[in-house]
Amino acid sequence: MSSRSIANIRSVTGIPTARLVTWWIIASEIFIFGGLLVSYVMHRLAHPEWAIAAANTNTKAGAFNTFVLLTSSLFAVLAHQAADAENGKKAAKFLRLTSLGGAIFLIVKGFEWTHEIKEGFVLSSGGFWSFYYTVAGLHGLHVLAGLIIMLIIASDAAKNRDLPRVQCIGLYWHFVDIIWIFLFPLLYIAK
Amino acid sequence: MTTPATGAQAHLGSHGDEHAHHRQSFFHKYLWSTDHKMIAMQYLFTGAAMALIGGYLAYVFRMQLAFPGQNVPGYGLVTPGKYNSLVTMHGTIMIFWVAMPVLVAAFGNFLIPLMIGCDDMVFPRINRLSYQVFLLSAMVLLASFFVHNGAFGGAWTSYPPLSARGAYNLTPLGASLWLLAVALEFVAFLLGGINFVVTTMNGRAPGMRMWDIPLVVWMIVLASVLFMASVGPLIAGAVMLFFDQRLGTAFYDPGRGGDPLLWQHLFWFFGHPEVYVVLLPALGIVAEIITVFARKKLFGYRTVLYTTWATGILSFVVWAHHQFIAGIDPRMANVFTITTLLISVPITEMIFVYIATLYGGSIRFTTPMLWALSFIAEFLIGGVTGIFLGASGADIYFHDTYFVVAHFHYTFFPSAIIGMFAALAFWYPKMFGRMMNETLGKIHFWGTVVAFNVTFIPLFITGAAGDQRRIYSYALFPEQDKPGLQHLRELSTIGVIVLLAFQVFFLINFFWSLRHGKVAPENPWLSNTLEWTVPSPAPHGNFAEMPTVYRGPYEYSAPGRETDYWPQNQPISPLEEAAL
Repeated sequence: MSSRSIANIRSVTGIPTARLVTWWIIASEIFIFGGLLVSYVMHRLAHPEWAIAAANTNTKAGAFNTFVLLTSSLFAVLAHQAADAENGKKAAKFLRLTSLGGAIFLIVKGFEWTHEIKEGFVLSSGGFWSFYYTVAGLHGLHVLAGLIIMLIIASDAAKNRDLPRVQCIGLYWHFVDIIWIFLFPLLYIAK
Repeated sequence: MTTPATGAQAHLGSHGDEHAHHRQSFFHKYLWSTDHKMIAMQYLFTGAAMALIGGYLAYVFRMQLAFPGQNVPGYGLVTPGKYNSLVTMHGTIMIFWVAMPVLVAAFGNFLIPLMIGCDDMVFPRINRLSYQVFLLSAMVLLASFFVHNGAFGGAWTSYPPLSARGAYNLTPLGASLWLLAVALEFVAFLLGGINFVVTTMNGRAPGMRMWDIPLVVWMIVLASVLFMASVGPLIAGAVMLFFDQRLGTAFYDPGRGGDPLLWQHLFWFFGHPEVYVVLLPALGIVAEIITVFARKKLFGYRTVLYTTWATGILSFVVWAHHQFIAGIDPRMANVFTITTLLISVPITEMIFVYIATLYGGSIRFTTPMLWALSFIAEFLIGGVTGIFLGASGADIYFHDTYFVVAHFHYTFFPSAIIGMFAALAFWYPKMFGRMMNETLGKIHFWGTVVAFNVTFIPLFITGAAGDQRRIYSYALFPEQDKPGLQHLRELSTIGVIVLLAFQVFFLINFFWSLRHGKVAPENPWLSNTLEWTVPSPAPHGNFAEMPTVYRGPYEYSAPGRETDYWPQNQPISPLEEAAL
């Protein structure tokens, strides 16, 4: 692309295109997770016996992960603030702290799953476990994707390039957080 | 502000000449292009090729139904397993690889930037990716014909447990490839749809307010929003079904705490809005065409939009009318009967707006106009028969009969096929720079529309008499057959053959006109919208000088003007201002 097209210069709504499309992507994701979670809740209501399977999940690890993910969102906000102040180096630092949070989340998740699989609870162990691994797995993929994109944006931001992207990845990261806020009580606490 | 006429010669703005010296290799021009018009062509030709494949499948299984157990010329013997694959793939291809890519993706890509006065989509490379993912999905689907045991044979709705276990559907590999292809196709249209929405929101020409956007753009954008909001749960559902097939999960397995009805809910929560995803662009195309060829302002622009929004919202609360006999709570059936009958109100209102637009107009019966008018007539039959099926009492009898088959073909054929031909006949000059032949176009039109009715009117009758749509050959179930129906089945098959034969006229017209058609002027139909203010075919970058919009798209036969059209980008002259 030799130059920016007219389409990329215009902003009729007043919202920058990059932020607008981030919102639309989040909207489309809400429907994907929404479908999964509504299916899960309906099943859960119809099957009180799933509580026995759910009792095997590690609530403490889940609570720790919730804390890690929420803290990482704080860093995402600080990164946005730094980017707004045109301080790319600081924004990059906070973005890397955010992705560190995401990495800790995934590592804890890895230990959790290893433990559960060793105990014999796998994807095909019945209704609850099918949902447990699929929903949390899809969420984990979103954390992983966000983490990778965030590191790419951080390396650009460190050179003061494309600073508006910091806000977009922040929006996405909050969304991934909010999904987890739904998953944690539904998969870990409800017993 | 320069007028469009002088602007065309005097542009040479920073934007215009940048593209003038663009030399591209064949690969970059046709296969790796980010130009929205080229991507539209890619979608159009892929969709058209898939339509031919889907039509061929229909020919094969219709021959089997008319002459059960005999060799089908050009195919061979249709076994029960192959029959299942044929009907499944016909439905899947026609909905997901013909209706969607042609109506939404091809015309959305071609029309949106041109009609809103922009040079491209806001994300041209995402747009290219969208087509590439779509092409991949089509290849995965076609590849499934050649795997062990052949293509998926569990019906295009893919209900578990039939679809979840290879032991039931006998096409285990085909079933998984089917799911993979459908999921990829959804991804392609999510990428494309979000691009359409954001482009229309942010990329409009200065002066184009919300109510100045041509209806077809509105309709494609709303269709993309409907698609996005409905397909999410089905993407989740498709992953769950794939896991059930391949990893042994228990989502739809009632023996292990799952529920097969869940798939039906997820599928139809998408499947019913999908009907409107296909219908809305066609309604938009028809609105553009009838205003141009009736030389009248659209009777109720805002009415059409309000009714479209109402339809869109209601379309999310009607899905269970597909499940009246699936064992849902009868009280729920009542609710869904009411919502289903309600949704016919806004659609009827829209049809009335179109008829009122025609009233008192100076109508020109060109080929695109004939297609647009036949859309209204044929869709009406589809809509009215839908009332029977939406009422749960009648549906218990009609469910899974050929009446249903005839009904949804009377909704999808007008939307997807008639809508596509209408749009092609209308925008062909802008796409390819030449006019199509009117005589060949009219022969093709009459042959197609008459043959379509010959194909599906008999199916209303056989369906009402109780013919079941899943039966491979009534010769195997003589006790369920009724006398006298075989002739109607044969008549329907003859209809399909004639229908397919008449497409030859279209193909000849299309390819002959590419080289030998009359060279198209800038604005052959004397239309108002912005795409007709650029040369035919539309050049790279679209507008030599980016337009400014002064009025709505349907100002035809405005009183006190010399010409009966008033392009959206034409400034009001001081003389006219005084007259107003």
